Amino acid sequence: MADTQSKGLIGRFLAASPDSVGKTVFIAVAVCLVASMIVSTAAVSLRPVQEANKKRDKQLNVLQVAGLYEPGQNVAEAFAAFEPQVLDLETGEFTDQFDAASFDDLAAAQDPELSRELDNDPAGIGRQSRYKTVYLLREENGDVDKVILPIRGYGLWSTLYGFIAVEENGNDIFGLQFYQHGETPGLGAEVDNPRWKAQWQDKKLHDDSGELQITVAKTQGPAGPEHHIDALAGATLTSVGVDNLVKFWMGEEGYGPFLKSLQAGEF
Amino acid sequence: MSQTKREMLLDPLVDNNPITLQVLGVCSALAVTSSLQVAFVMTLAVTFVTAFASMFISILRNQIPGSIRIIVQMVIIASLVILVDQVLKAYAFEISKTLSVFVGLIITNCIVMGRAEAFAMKNPPVASFIDGIGNGLGYGLILMLVGVIRELFGSGSLFGITILETVNNGGWYVPNGLLLLPPSAFFVIGLLIWGFRTWKPNQVEEREYKIQSVEAH
Repeated sequence: MADTQSKGLIGRFLAASPDSVGKTVFIAVAVCLVASMIVSTAAVSLRPVQEANKKRDKQLNVLQVAGLYEPGQNVAEAFAAFEPQVLDLETGEFTDQFDAASFDDLAAAQDPELSRELDNDPAGIGRQSRYKTVYLLREENGDVDKVILPIRGYGLWSTLYGFIAVEENGNDIFGLQFYQHGETPGLGAEVDNPRWKAQWQDKKLHDDSGELQITVAKTQGPAGPEHHIDALAGATLTSVGVDNLVKFWMGEEGYGPFLKSLQAGEF
Repeated sequence: MSQTKREMLLDPLVDNNPITLQVLGVCSALAVTSSLQVAFVMTLAVTFVTAFASMFISILRNQIPGSIRIIVQMVIIASLVILVDQVLKAYAFEISKTLSVFVGLIITNCIVMGRAEAFAMKNPPVASFIDGIGNGLGYGLILMLVGVIRELFGSGSLFGITILETVNNGGWYVPNGLLLLPPSAFFVIGLLIWGFRTWKPNQVEEREYKIQSVEAH
């Protein structure tokens, strides 16, 4: 080690035993710093592209749940067929307080002015925004054909975000689809399975007396087959989560008032 | 050095394949092989991570303290994996949705850790990089083989292009649903290992026990 003097500070450092305490701490800190810089640079610089992808994906899911998606079409163009509206959940009426195209109801759920803490929270979402962005699909003569309602709720590992498409009578389901979730691949993630999703079509939310009857369960309840969705095999808690969230959002605290006025033909 | 660069690159494909000989990385091979497109992206991701993780670890190999060796390796591997995940989310969004969980799991993929610990800690950067590429490709080769079998016979297509018209779409082919489920990859990989070891008998492991024959009285 006679020549360590001539190597300078860096040379001496490199020649030092890697197992000394000082060097161990230095390497740990240095590696962490460099790694975190690389990771955060990538995350920050790629965020705009990722956000655009997410927006496109959401629009794509609105199209799919409404049965309008064709492979290869321009998503943004096709999405123009929908009329976004901001819905006041308490009154069940549209409001023009906000710009419907840019209103973010998920961000609003964190805003104390626009949301409330849920006491009865079967869907496990914590806070619920009073205002939700819904999408209307109109027929050529201007009558409402379908409404696409955003829903979310907790499954087993994650919050599932999705849409439910309801026909103009406010009772018949056209489709249900989740666009974001972190459920177990192969089990809970089968909520994305086209065959499972196909079950939702033509199911009815309410029975003749107007009671909310739609249920996701292993066995068919007393309400009859038109209200029954077969639960996912091997994904009990995800199925319970979907059951809870659909009941919550279709019930009085969710879109209930809106669905009633839809049923009465007010739009 | 006993191995040439060419051997480093080509050995892991057949003679020292990470899946069929070392039996590493089987978990993700079961999960991502139901469609070729996903398997292909996974191959690229694992090859990228293994190659660069090996290279960086090799550059630092004389400086990494023995006591926090594994942690330093993990930090490097994890950063690369996050990088891959972010790029996929930005430029291959559809695929990243199917792969997301498994991309994260590359961090714990035994192939990456195995090459870092067994090769990169003892060899220079360029050799480690080539070794990483070789092992990534060896992993990818098996992934693609399994993917071809599973996608062709499970959904009648390759890379999403219909080869065998399935009954559901008005064709003649009745797809084998089992092949779309993860257990089928177990059978396919098992058969591949059998095939490889029949072709190259020196890969057969020695028995750990011997059945003793007892003379009948």
